[in-house]
Amino acid sequence: MSAAEEVVAEGHEAVEAVPKRAMTLGTGTSLVVLAALIIAPVFVKNFIIFQMTMLLIYGLAVLALNILTGGSGQFSLGQSAFYAVGAYTTAVLMEHFNVNYALTLPIAGVVCFGFGFLFGQPALRLSGVYLALATFALATAMPQLLKLNFLEHWTGGVQGLVVTKPDAPFGLKMSQDMWLYYFTLVVTIAIYIFAVNLLRSRSGRAFMAIRDNEIAASAMGVDVALYKTLAFGVSAAITGIAGSLGAIAVQFVAPDSYTITLAISLFLGMVVGGVGWLPGSIVGAAFIIFVPNIAEGISKGLSGAVFGVLLFLVIYLVPHGARQVAILGQQLAGKLRKN
Amino acid sequence: MTQAQLAQGTSPLLAVRDVSVVFGGIVALNGISFDMHKGQILGLIGPNGAGKTTLFNCLSRLYQPSSGDILMEGASILRRPPHRIAEIGIGRTFQNVALFPNLSVMDNVRVGTHARTSSDIISDSLRLAWVRRSETDMNRKVHEILSYLDLEDVAHTTVSGLPFGTQKRVELARALAADPKILLLDEPAGGLNHEEVYVLGDLIRRIRDERHMTVLLVEHHMGLVMSIADHVVALNFGKKLAEGTPSQVQADPDVIKAYLGSKDQ
Repeated sequence: MSAAEEVVAEGHEAVEAVPKRAMTLGTGTSLVVLAALIIAPVFVKNFIIFQMTMLLIYGLAVLALNILTGGSGQFSLGQSAFYAVGAYTTAVLMEHFNVNYALTLPIAGVVCFGFGFLFGQPALRLSGVYLALATFALATAMPQLLKLNFLEHWTGGVQGLVVTKPDAPFGLKMSQDMWLYYFTLVVTIAIYIFAVNLLRSRSGRAFMAIRDNEIAASAMGVDVALYKTLAFGVSAAITGIAGSLGAIAVQFVAPDSYTITLAISLFLGMVVGGVGWLPGSIVGAAFIIFVPNIAEGISKGLSGAVFGVLLFLVIYLVPHGARQVAILGQQLAGKLRKN
Repeated sequence: MTQAQLAQGTSPLLAVRDVSVVFGGIVALNGISFDMHKGQILGLIGPNGAGKTTLFNCLSRLYQPSSGDILMEGASILRRPPHRIAEIGIGRTFQNVALFPNLSVMDNVRVGTHARTSSDIISDSLRLAWVRRSETDMNRKVHEILSYLDLEDVAHTTVSGLPFGTQKRVELARALAADPKILLLDEPAGGLNHEEVYVLGDLIRRIRDERHMTVLLVEHHMGLVMSIADHVVALNFGKKLAEGTPSQVQADPDVIKAYLGSKDQ
């Protein structure tokens, strides 16, 4: 156990409920982050607002993986498939059936929950690296499935579908980008709160019990198969909603936007953010969105290599990701207060 | 003792009926039968490889007997999957401690209540009023068990950092949280020092008396079994060697030959 984890475990003798900060931020910090997220768009250009929207969207997708891996201990390299299903559900509903964009989100969530839950059934027989391989196959198959001829009428085949960006409602005077940002922010906060509630509940404890010891969990009455598939379902549902939002923000869906590269990016985001620490999801998302750009700024020709070096540095310096940084920061603040 | 004797006349709480387990040609258990009565502490003894753990795993449904039946309050448990054993009142601890290492002591015990509570992921995500109420009730119960086993001080500590003896008590707390009628203890004295073993013996007796439980004790430590068990079943090579009170079993020539004689206790 690392020093960081020990701090997480020990700092809460007086707290009654589940040591909340083990997976969330304190109330004060949360409010500061929230305020920053609400105010920031007022001062920046539309392109930056768009990037912030994508940050929230990827943050949701990383959060979803965090529930699956950090919560129930199951690996997935197939998150891009769930993201794609969510994105296409929204695109098809909006463009072929004229469904309101906001309504497509819960539909995508339900569709992806079903998809994830069903995929979880065969995955039950696999664990660890084998499960990672099975989900990898799902990720590689998805773009090809979306290109299938008989689906072309709905999916637009290789061409994909163009999605109309919604205007701000109620005659609000704000740009489409800004409206979509605030819309995404509300959805993200709601899902974040649901996720925290879930992990702190009886179901969440069942997930974590399975992660730590399946046989003991089963002896305590936890239906291991059910909760493992539920974790897949929940994770897929949230990823699907992120995919929906992504489709609306980017205004376009195409099979090759949702390759294994996306799944690996999300995995990377989870590791950089700290596995099992929910607020880290947004940090991980920032890493996978902005660090490739930074790498390109350093060297155009070798951006991939520079990215690799930066990634190595992060993993070498803070193996537990953003969570570790947060804990070190807390310790430092504590020391300064004492002096 | 008296409690157990009173119960002798009534039907058994748990009945093991002619249970055999065969692993690809090797007979691990051969026609084992015995009864457990309410309020009893039953000690299951035998040398290494006698089949104690195999029998134990049949009771917690990790193994399927090749023949025979196991009845809990008259109903067979053999068609139940492992996760539906806790709900009929069979709780267990594990030989080498099987806690959830990354969870706090309190969360470990909370998982113990899983079989006695209900919820669904939607209500849990929304933290509905009934979910909050059930969590409050559960927390009260968990605190009661923690203070009963003197674990309040470490309630919020992650279990992987605790000493082995404390982890064993956490495991006991987790099993108690499911309100079992029968507590299956798999070598609870393993890894404990001399003094800790006697404290444990007292604790097991106290749990039986104060919390009205029936205990099946699978144990290597003869001193512990002989001092707290009301009834002892001795196994060797998958067969029942002897059964009776501790003194009867201790005096049984077969048992002495197979087990006690080979040990200098």
